[in-house]
Amino acid sequence: MTSVTVKYFAALREAALIPEETIHTEASTYRGLYRELTTQYGFSLPEDAIRVAIDDDFADLDDDLKSGVTVVFIPPVAGG
Amino acid sequence: MQQFFLTGDAIQAEALNQLLKHPQAGALVVFEGWVRNHNQGHPVRALDYEIYMALAQKEGERILTEACGQFSLHGAIACHRYGSLQLGDAAVWVGTTASHREQAFLAARYIIDQIKHRLPIWKKEYYQDLPAQWVYCRDHDHS
Repeated sequence: MTSVTVKYFAALREAALIPEETIHTEASTYRGLYRELTTQYGFSLPEDAIRVAIDDDFADLDDDLKSGVTVVFIPPVAGG
Repeated sequence: MQQFFLTGDAIQAEALNQLLKHPQAGALVVFEGWVRNHNQGHPVRALDYEIYMALAQKEGERILTEACGQFSLHGAIACHRYGSLQLGDAAVWVGTTASHREQAFLAARYIIDQIKHRLPIWKKEYYQDLPAQWVYCRDHDHS
């Protein structure tokens, strides 16, 4: 069991109803964690539309999940 | 001169313009993105921008560094709003200076395109005729 902080933005924040939380997870990758959270919160955005940032830097969904990090799943962006 | 700003206040275009003053610059190109009153056929009345601040700041600075490396610029500044915006508000401001116009035009185009493509910023539109919704850039980089 690994513990991480997850911060939520935009559509994911609205679905989770919280801006951030500590998650205890069995997932081995960030993709696995996103799947867990999708089951928990009913996220409508598919995995292939999501990016991930770990400790404020872009990472890969298939990277090994590390304990103690801050995870942000990034929905499709819309700046400008 | 290379600076990237995120602000919850109205963009101060003239102040940003002044920051770009450079004795060797013969060209200033400015792009402003405004809140318009329609999107995909629906009347828009306002919008909210939400930003992942720490990563957006880093990524914005990276974009400007790339632009300064690719084009012969004397300066590059970009500023993006967050929070609630009304119709006609400037959501984003990009300014580039160079000795000649071509590099300034190309760099400004590069910067705004990369901002739209990469910056972790999300836009929620409020409509006259529909519930509000998050809208997504069609060429979002999710690689």
